[in-house]
Amino acid sequence: MVDTSVELNGIKFQNPVIPASGTFGYGYEFAHWYDINCLGAICIKGTTKEPRFGNDCPRIAEGPSGILNAVGLENPGIHKVLDEELPKLRHIYHQPIIANISGFSKDEYVYCCAKADESPLVDIIEVNISCPNVHNGGMSFGTSPESAGEITKAVKTIVHNKPVYIKLSPNAMDIAAIAKSCEEAGADGISLINTFLAMRIDIKKKKPILANVTGGLSGPAVFPIALRMVWQVYEAVRIPIIGIGGISTADDVIEMMLAGATAVQVGAANLKNPYACKKIIEDLPSAMERYGIKSLKSIIGGGH
Amino acid sequence: MKKELFEIISNDIAAENIFKMELSGDTSAITAPGQFINIELQGYFLRRPFSVCDWEDYKLTIYYKVVGKGTAEMSCMKPCESLDVLIGLGNGYNLAASGDRPLLIGGGAGIPPLFGLAKRLIEERKQPEVILGFNTYMEMFLVEEFQNLGIKTTITTADGSHGTKGFVTDAMADKNYSYIYTCGPEAMLKAVYEKSISSGEFSFEERMGCGFGACMGCTCRTKYGNKRICKDGPVLRKEEIIW
Repeated sequence: MVDTSVELNGIKFQNPVIPASGTFGYGYEFAHWYDINCLGAICIKGTTKEPRFGNDCPRIAEGPSGILNAVGLENPGIHKVLDEELPKLRHIYHQPIIANISGFSKDEYVYCCAKADESPLVDIIEVNISCPNVHNGGMSFGTSPESAGEITKAVKTIVHNKPVYIKLSPNAMDIAAIAKSCEEAGADGISLINTFLAMRIDIKKKKPILANVTGGLSGPAVFPIALRMVWQVYEAVRIPIIGIGGISTADDVIEMMLAGATAVQVGAANLKNPYACKKIIEDLPSAMERYGIKSLKSIIGGGH
Repeated sequence: MKKELFEIISNDIAAENIFKMELSGDTSAITAPGQFINIELQGYFLRRPFSVCDWEDYKLTIYYKVVGKGTAEMSCMKPCESLDVLIGLGNGYNLAASGDRPLLIGGGAGIPPLFGLAKRLIEERKQPEVILGFNTYMEMFLVEEFQNLGIKTTITTADGSHGTKGFVTDAMADKNYSYIYTCGPEAMLKAVYEKSISSGEFSFEERMGCGFGACMGCTCRTKYGNKRICKDGPVLRKEEIIW
């Protein structure tokens, strides 16, 4: 028997596979497709203080081997998420829950993280300073070491009970420097990467496809870049890394862990195949045997 | 909602740029006319959504318009090829609301789901009537099939090459109806909305990510809150629509 379990900040995961924020709703709707208790954890849709409609449609475009989205953080607000959505999920799901928190100001991040910290339904807080689809917020906090460190510090001052992960943007000059700044400011872990700023133009209409003009690219197209960034961040920090970006197979999971990830998030693959995470989890043991891996924990950063 | 493998029975041209594809496979996940399927195409990341025209236990029919590379490649697929399909997506039309004399209004590529709806309304002993709008004679399809159901079928073409010259709304004035069911381009839906004297249901189209409610890629505003076209729609009731 191979051991697929991993551990993040003292929290045990039965396997490293986590559906990524924004590709899995609040989780419970995927229970229609399969028993979601097979997952390592669930990362819920990004949440802000107030309800948000998000951007106008079209919000979706396609690229070779990937999807562009410009949803723009549609969500019902932190109170409704904690009071209504998470209880619905917890009712049918007994593995760790990661709350993804977004914001437009330091105060908003602090407010939402404090609420998530108080909630008995949240196990880990993931602070999204990397959403490319909103203006004057999101990614603008995550593209310099100074602002990323400042948000991390502010959040860590008020969160006392839960590990805080900072989700980084690939749209930055030096992602390792940003990760290091977050670590120095007290972050308990790093999630990377969010989507790449991208766009498509409708040739017939001669206008951008997305109403927001730009969106975030994810999917297999970004996997090698995500892998490289996880590799660089692993060399720069000592805190655990959740590797994200185009993971679609059990082999991708192993490769991402060899680069330095302790766990991984699967995003775009869920949108093409609702069974994607389940399939990856089922394929992991045989993939591990194929590569002579007895315990996934033992391969973290093993490529270095 | 289910994920199933389907096999192509036939895939033939039905009108200019319009193809008819018949598929065999498990259709048990379909619960209402107006629902759609999402087909995986080799070489494309996103699936392609198509409304179901008609279905039986192990067979379903779609009509699709060639609008880009994906649908162009689809039009070259041959019988016996397999397709990975998400089936039973969306809410579909509510038959119970129809009244005795529902009016079905379809425009172009929006016409197919109204055929399955018409068949089931007839099974429920209702007397549907249908208006089909096309740009031109060469793009006409499904007309004979509607006529073979024995229901009154009015045709409009924008260029006057067949039937009434003009739009579907030009054929609505003299109709006596209890309810409206419609599907077509958004400009047509809006025109029908403004002209209709009864309540009704309107089927919308939007670029989708997943097709089953996970990604929030197709959300619209309604009078009763945000709705995902793929999961809470594609059919919206007249009373809830915000244009």
